[in-house]
Amino acid sequence: MNRVGEQTFLYEHPPAIVSHASIVGPKEGRGPLASWFDTVLEDDILGQKSWELAEMEMVRRCAKNAMNQAQLSDEDVQAMLGGDLNNQIIASSFAARTLGIPFIGLYGACSTFVQALVMGAALISGGFLENALCVASSHFCTAERQFRFPLELGTQKPPQASRTATACGASLLAAQGNDNALRVTSGTVGRVIDLNITDANHMGAAMAPAVFDTVAAHLSDTGRRAEDYDLIATGDLGWIGRDLLLALADAAGIDLPPEKLIDCGASLYYQEQDTHAGGSGCGCVASVSCSWLMKRMEAGELNRLLLVGSGAMLSPTSSQQGQSVPGIAYAACIERSKV
Amino acid sequence: MSRQPLTPDEYHELVSKLTPPSRMLRGYWRAFWVGGLICCIGQALTLWAQQLNLGEVTAPMFTTSCLIFLGTTLTGIGVYDRIGKYAGAGSAIPVTGFANSVAAPAIEFQREGAVMGVGARLFTLAGPVLAYGIGASVIVGVVYWLVRGWVL
Repeated sequence: MNRVGEQTFLYEHPPAIVSHASIVGPKEGRGPLASWFDTVLEDDILGQKSWELAEMEMVRRCAKNAMNQAQLSDEDVQAMLGGDLNNQIIASSFAARTLGIPFIGLYGACSTFVQALVMGAALISGGFLENALCVASSHFCTAERQFRFPLELGTQKPPQASRTATACGASLLAAQGNDNALRVTSGTVGRVIDLNITDANHMGAAMAPAVFDTVAAHLSDTGRRAEDYDLIATGDLGWIGRDLLLALADAAGIDLPPEKLIDCGASLYYQEQDTHAGGSGCGCVASVSCSWLMKRMEAGELNRLLLVGSGAMLSPTSSQQGQSVPGIAYAACIERSKV
Repeated sequence: MSRQPLTPDEYHELVSKLTPPSRMLRGYWRAFWVGGLICCIGQALTLWAQQLNLGEVTAPMFTTSCLIFLGTTLTGIGVYDRIGKYAGAGSAIPVTGFANSVAAPAIEFQREGAVMGVGARLFTLAGPVLAYGIGASVIVGVVYWLVRGWVL
């Protein structure tokens, strides 16, 4: 059986994470996780003509780095699954154009990386692919101009606002892998949850109920408790969203120990870096899981990780028309195989 | 089936409890002194213009032009967004802020070309101010025209 409970895939042939790569921008490169990233960019533009092309180049470099580590060429990779925050996911699709890998474009807002892991693992476990490159990116400058204001406009942000991270992460999944490789063992597809938050700045509040829903579904589907995981890492809830998730779990009577819960977006920056509630964007969960978390797992510090990508499914049109901000979350369980 | 332990109303209450408030007093103070400083610069320019015998009509225009030049230049060299982040309304309300709201999209949308980029986006932020500002002044003008017989 490849499925348990209501929303969870339990992979019969769990794919191995054979390589992973991460790239972050200069500001993220001054944060607490700086030394864990494979590449810290010196500037945001990467010698390109536009921010969008810069993000595309970031995706291409990150994908290449993951493929090089696994000693695979563009022709060897059977599918690239990924997305970003740009309209019509142009950063990922333009990178796929350059790489020439069969492309499955995904959009789960900031949860896209985990969505890609869940889908990629399913396709490999089901025998449709031998390997898959899962990738997601975000860029501060492309997100600002699309969702908010021009960069040079002098505006203030409220404490609940977040900063879109300039970051990209890529993981290469494969059916084969060595005995103690990291493996994606199960994945939970979330539902779109909306508790009627209309403040488009407060994405942590919009997404926390969706993250809670997916985590609760994952635990109930797999019959596990939060203690069965060494760490639960959420995508980009930020500091306030993390507190909201803990409060929701408490209200529902689910034991979620705070010391086991980290948020990738909140971990990207020091508080003094003035990013308000923390980092947001697809790149948060992608870059932090493909560096810090997976490296710690490979070092044997963590054996079982629940990675929960969180996404706010809003667009400038929906917010301008006064619609609330629905959230979504995908969860992937990553385990270090027993030697 | 909903797994949510809280109703939307209960959740909104929780959100407002856990969200730190904006630091209003600090914001007022920063807006006051930066906005005040910009106004003082404007007043100094006006006084200077009067010394140059620019006249009552030309002196304010001279002041406005200088402030717009200042706002645009500071936007172009990437300083005005930092002032705005610090001062909020203090730097958004004076005419320098208006200049910033036109110059910022002009810089941002250059890459989309001169017509659909800069041309179409130049007034995305200033446009509403112009539309309603001009609209309001037309209404005030009509009202003035109607009642001037009684008032004057």
